[in-house]
Formats: sequence, structure tokens, C-alpha cells
Amino acid sequence: MVAVKTRDRLRSTLLSLVILGAVLGMWHGLTIKPTQQLPADVSAEYAALMGKGAEKSDGLPPPAKVGEAIVQHLSDPFYDKGPNDKGIGIQLAHSLARVGLGFLLAVVVALPLGFAIGMSPLLYRALDPFIQLLKPISPLAWMPLALYTIKDSSISGVFVIFICSIWPMLINTAHGVASVRKEWLNVARTLEVNPWRTAFEVILPAAAPTILTGMRISMGIAWLVIVAAEMLVGGTGIGYFVWNEWNNLALPNVIFAILVIGVVGMALDWGFGRLQRLATYRE
Amino acid sequence: MTQHFLAVEALAKTYADARGKAGTPVFENLHFNIEQGEFVCIIGHSGCGKTTVLNVLAGLEEPSAGHVLMQSRQIGGPSLDRGVVFQGHALMPWLSVLKNVVFAVRSRWPEWKPAQIEAHARKYLEMVGLGAVVERKPAELSGGMKQRVGIARAFAIEPQMLLLDEPFGALDALTRGTIQDELLRIVRSTAQTVFMITHDVDEAILLADRVLLMSNGPRARIAEMVEITLPRSRTRQTLHHDPQYYRVRNHLVDFLVNRSKDYGEGGTAAAAHDPLHPPVVRPGLEESATVIPLPQRPQLSPIETSPRLRAQGESA
Repeated sequence: MVAVKTRDRLRSTLLSLVILGAVLGMWHGLTIKPTQQLPADVSAEYAALMGKGAEKSDGLPPPAKVGEAIVQHLSDPFYDKGPNDKGIGIQLAHSLARVGLGFLLAVVVALPLGFAIGMSPLLYRALDPFIQLLKPISPLAWMPLALYTIKDSSISGVFVIFICSIWPMLINTAHGVASVRKEWLNVARTLEVNPWRTAFEVILPAAAPTILTGMRISMGIAWLVIVAAEMLVGGTGIGYFVWNEWNNLALPNVIFAILVIGVVGMALDWGFGRLQRLATYRE
Repeated sequence: MTQHFLAVEALAKTYADARGKAGTPVFENLHFNIEQGEFVCIIGHSGCGKTTVLNVLAGLEEPSAGHVLMQSRQIGGPSLDRGVVFQGHALMPWLSVLKNVVFAVRSRWPEWKPAQIEAHARKYLEMVGLGAVVERKPAELSGGMKQRVGIARAFAIEPQMLLLDEPFGALDALTRGTIQDELLRIVRSTAQTVFMITHDVDEAILLADRVLLMSNGPRARIAEMVEITLPRSRTRQTLHHDPQYYRVRNHLVDFLVNRSKDYGEGGTAAAAHDPLHPPVVRPGLEESATVIPLPQRPQLSPIETSPRLRAQGESA
């Protein structure tokens, strides 16, 4: 059984590597240029004006170029040469700080509120229309309002993360709390357990898997939204980095940033997956 | 009038129907008493409201009418004085077996030190034969072991009364027998007062001092109170050798199969039945197993003598 599983895993890893190789090979084959000569219809004057840009604007960079960019960025991730030139590590730290702060604020609001909604059918029915109305609003639609009222682009970014992470957490917490098995609550009641202890020792652990699922979804959305929000407000962060490199027409850097966003998103999801497994119980 | 340990008076429960109006009562006019140290089983078909009666005794549900007095005080809500063993064991799956019992012990004696609480919980888990598996999660236990943890949890708070809601319903016959023996041993050694719901006639005969027979719902009532006239030293192994066992068993089965439906509106037994004084029956010790209504409210034995002894004394 174990041997079969190891063999299966080996096979799937091998297949993944083959697919990666094929994609890189195709990418390479489609982007390689036979000559480095300037196209005939570009005048020398234009080429001079554009500097190296003329070469870069010509389609996607080949994988080798992207590889160079990756090595270059990762070898010095924390440099800071002014507002428009910071290492990828610093940019990521800014993004993660915004996401972390917004997410934490959302936890602070969503967990108690979700608890209350889950415990009280009255509150649930009263707040449901608001939640249903606010939930589908793209978090970026709040941005002008946030910028106008908060008057700080960085805090506005945090607010946008807050507003997009709150809904899945709120809904899942309420759902998890409302569907705690009646018999566990009855056990607590017959033992004259006070409401606080019931909340923390019965309802919270019982609803924890559902709550953590909500947090995992929220974190996924927050990481999606932060890139767009930082493109909009600028200054710092991985989203701004992408936009800045696009303005520089440094496509290898853009592709590198895309990969970084993917890897970090994956790591965050993996972390919440671990937490979720810790909280899950078997009945 | 003697003071009963637990007195149920004119209990009724009516659930609202789909349109929110009060429907027909599931049961009404329930009158019965339980004495200290007595083991009382209640038998009846599904839908007669047995579980509701137990929930009212536990304080988990409010009756629509009537009330329950325990040691002359009205039951107004759940209390640590009454331990409940739930039908579906109701263990918390995220806690280990030990922690499940610790949770209860800590609720009962919040001032105790953790070590003391744990030792107390272990003692009761050892009593039900689970001393070796205390660190396991409920999901890693068999159905019988889970139900034992439920029993240990209820006993560990040392309640004045134990309420058991069909605790062995989901177990296979073999496991059920073993746990019945254990329960019997613990109840005897602690002189615990018990109220238990069961579907199993043999279980009732083995465990109970008295069996309340409930007629079919709606408007269910206590049709009879059957005193189990077998010696209290009975065991599962010797039970079926006692000729008395078959008389009691026949009486109970006969009620469930033939007579439980006769107490409804227009039923053949309804007219003669006085819900305030349900007849007390001692199958096998009277001329026949016919129902003999008592002229007055049954006066149950004082605490010192068991109903069984009195029943024998009267027949002698």
C-alpha cells in the first residue's frame, strides 16, 4: 500500500516535471529570435530614442531572460534605491503587511459578529440583507470612498483587504456556529456551563473547521485583491512592482513578479490548510 | 402525604403545528413519582413522548402544563443534580476521552485543582473499564466504548439522579449485555436513582425496580406502573431461569403489542383509566396479570425498603 503510494507520487512528480519541461520548451521555441538585428522598418533614430526598449517590446521574453531576472532579483531581494526601485523582498513585505493587517481586522470584526449572528436567528435575519448586498461588491469599488475618507493610500489598501476578507469569514463563522450539534450544547446545559465557557470550549472548537475554511477563502481573496489595489494606489507592494515594471516595459520582471505572487499565494493557502487540518475533528 | 424524591404532576406537552397553532398534546396528565435509590424504566412506542418526558426531567425542555418537583423543589432548568446520558452519546469529538469527562468534572467542581479533577475523571473511566484508552479520541472508540464514556461522564459529576435516554439503543446485543451488567453493578453499588427510557423489554426487567408503561401518542399517558417482582440480585445470566421473568415479560410484551393503543380517545381502556392514579401491577404475584386499579394514589415505599421487598411482603 505504502509502496504503491510512493510509486504513484513519483509518477505524478515525473509527469509534472515533463509538463514543466514541455511548457518551457514551447515558450523557448516560440520566443527565440534567430537574429538580434533591428527590424528594417525601425529607424536608427527611433531605436536610439527607445534605448534597449526596442528589443524588449518585441514579443514575450524567452525563458532564459526571465531566468536571469529571477536570479538577479533573488540574489539581492532587500535593496532600497529610492521610491521606484526596491528589492522584491521589501515589496513583498509591504504587501504581506497590508494583507495581514486587513485580514486581522476582519478577523476581529467577523468572528464575534459571526458568533452573534450564528447564535441569534433574529440577528441573522436582520443582518442578512446587508450581508447579501455588500458581499458581491468588488472590493476595489470601495477604493475611491476609502481614499476620500481615509486620505492615506496605504491605509486605504488595508481597508480594501479588510472589506474583502470579512464576508467569507462572517458567513462561515455564522454558519459554523449555527450548526453546532444541539446535543453538545445540551451537554453543556446539563452541566450548568456558563455562556462564556460554552462559547469558547464547545461552540468555538465545534465550529473551528468551518471558521477556518472561511479564513482560508478570505486569505485567498485578499491575496488576489492586494495586487490590484496596489496597482491602483501605487507606492509600494508587489502589485505596484508589477505595474512599475510594466511601465518600464521590463517584461522579464513582470513575469518574475507573477511567479512570486503565485508562490506566496500558494504558501498562504498551504498554511491555512495546515491550520484547518489541525482544527478538524473526526466524528 | 409522603415526600417523594421526584414527583411529576399533571405533565403535558403540546408542540405547535406548522401554522404555529397548538396541536394535539403528545402526552398529557402524566402523574408519577420516583423514590430515592429507585430504578425506573419507561417503555412505550415511538412518538409517545418518552424523550420529551426525560428532557423535561433534565430541564432541557419546558412542559406545556404541569410540573416536576425534585426534593420538593420545582425543576426550572438543567442542573448538575441530574446527570444525563444521551441517546447518541454526545461526546465532544475534538476532546480525548479523558478531557470529555474532565470537562464535566470541572463544571461540577470548578474550585478543584487540575490534578484532582483528572484523578476523579480517571477513577470513573476506570470504573467503566476504559482506564487504558483515556487518551484516545471518541472517533477511535467502538460504539459501546463511546456510550461507556457517556455513562462515566454522567456518573463522574455524582448527580442525585441519573437520566438515561435509550443509552444502549444503537449497540449490538453482545455489547449491550456487557454494558447493562456494568450499569447494574455501578447503580447498585452507588444506590443511584435512575430514570431510563428503553425499547427493550428484557433490559427493563433486568435493570428496573418499576416500569412505567406509556400508551401510544398523541395524548399518551401512563397506562400502568409495573413493579418488577424478581429479586433485586438478578443478573443477566440467571434472569431467564426465574419463572417470574416470563410472567413479567409476557405482561410487558402484551401491553406493547395489544393494549398500548387502547388508551386513546374512544379506546377500550380509556374510560376506566384514571391518569391521576395509574394502576400498579405486579405480574405473577397476583391471580392473573389483569389490571387492578388502586382506590387511591399509590403510596410508594419509604426510602429504606425497596419496592421489591414490599411487593414480596404484601404477597406473602
